[in-house]
Amino acid sequence: MSGLDKRVGSYEEALAGLTDNMTILAGGFGLCGIPENLIAEIRRLGVRGLTVVSNNCGVDGFGLGVLLEDRQIRKMIASYVGENALFEQQLLNGELEVELTPQGSLAEKIRAGGAGIPAFFTATGYGTPVAEGKEAREFNGRHYILEPAITGDFAIVKGWKADHFGNVIYRHTAQNFNPLVATAGRITVVEVEEIVEPGELDPTQIHTPGIYVDRIIQGRFEKRIEKRTLRA
Amino acid sequence: MALTREQMAQRVARELQDGYYVNLGIGIPTLVANYVPEGIDVMLQSENGLLGMGAFPSEAEVDADMINAGKQTVTARKGAAIFSSAESFAMIRGGHVDLTVLGAFEVDASGNIASWMIPGKLIKGMGGAMDLVAGADNIIVTMTHASKDGESKLLKHCSLPLTGCGCIRKVLTDLAYLEIENGTFILRERAPGVSVEEIVAKTAGPLIVPNDVIEMTF
Repeated sequence: MSGLDKRVGSYEEALAGLTDNMTILAGGFGLCGIPENLIAEIRRLGVRGLTVVSNNCGVDGFGLGVLLEDRQIRKMIASYVGENALFEQQLLNGELEVELTPQGSLAEKIRAGGAGIPAFFTATGYGTPVAEGKEAREFNGRHYILEPAITGDFAIVKGWKADHFGNVIYRHTAQNFNPLVATAGRITVVEVEEIVEPGELDPTQIHTPGIYVDRIIQGRFEKRIEKRTLRA
Repeated sequence: MALTREQMAQRVARELQDGYYVNLGIGIPTLVANYVPEGIDVMLQSENGLLGMGAFPSEAEVDADMINAGKQTVTARKGAAIFSSAESFAMIRGGHVDLTVLGAFEVDASGNIASWMIPGKLIKGMGGAMDLVAGADNIIVTMTHASKDGESKLLKHCSLPLTGCGCIRKVLTDLAYLEIENGTFILRERAPGVSVEEIVAKTAGPLIVPNDVIEMTF
């Protein structure tokens, strides 16, 4: 079953083919459900000029924030950024370009990209700076703007469990953008906490069917918590 | 006396109805969850992909894979569902959320809202706010009536870049509860001990003061 067996043996192999100036889609929300080992491998590879599409850009020293340290990111497409000092510094001195995108539009743009839909109309952002330069149209008396889809050269995904076929399930709210990103990469790489035997995952409970997935690797995760908030 | 943050949350909570699905923004809106009236059950939506947000966890319950849209650790209540960001915003953009409560810098008499960008200051992004205001039918904006320098935040036209246009019809400030209709603010309730004159003085946009303005009680 070599063709359908998506497992790779190393992180180097997981990101083989990643080169300068590519577009990378990354799953995660804040630091929750981020492909932390794949991000670390991108740093090690030293590729530059990247366009990174992710809801956020990590924090100083963790998550996508580490790719700022050697100035590997040229452009960031995100809904909320600036949780790290380095990001702010590179933005202000012009080394980094940012395209702020409403969170729902970002999710839908990636979903559309993976589903072969080139663009869609949404009410989100009409009449705001987000609408600048975009086609507007009225449907049933409401105003909408045309948002183009997003696809990437690579999609990097963090799952909970996967089987050899690349079927993936996510754990709790670590799901977030991961299943969307998984559909929209020309090469989709998923790192998981556990690779299980084929047949172990219930087919009715799969979040990401293996057809979207090219490479699977099992990793160890720090899972840093951004805001530990406890019941009084 | 101007309302405290807790009183503002309490006043908003009176708008909750049994069976509502509710999205609460960061800040005062988050406090609304503490004042859900007895006998009413609501389901809280968190836009990172959680319907049925529960209390903050105990030390033993803390789980890095379980957070809310404010990136705080949370729990899921009984009956909760967890899903992707696309599914989450389908709920929001499809108009399935019954009540959305969020903060703002400015609101104007046309129902426009500005809440995400102050030119010249670092812009961190709009997160889900633009989707929430464009998708929801029933929105309550919570904010102070005027800035610390006394500048009104209820304007004829928003001066800051917009988050959404023509989408706000209810505003709760620390001084008053107002509605927006046909290009004007309408004063419906005043905070205990706050005069109509003070509210009029601190409202820069057009304002109608009906004869029956209610004084809030707590």
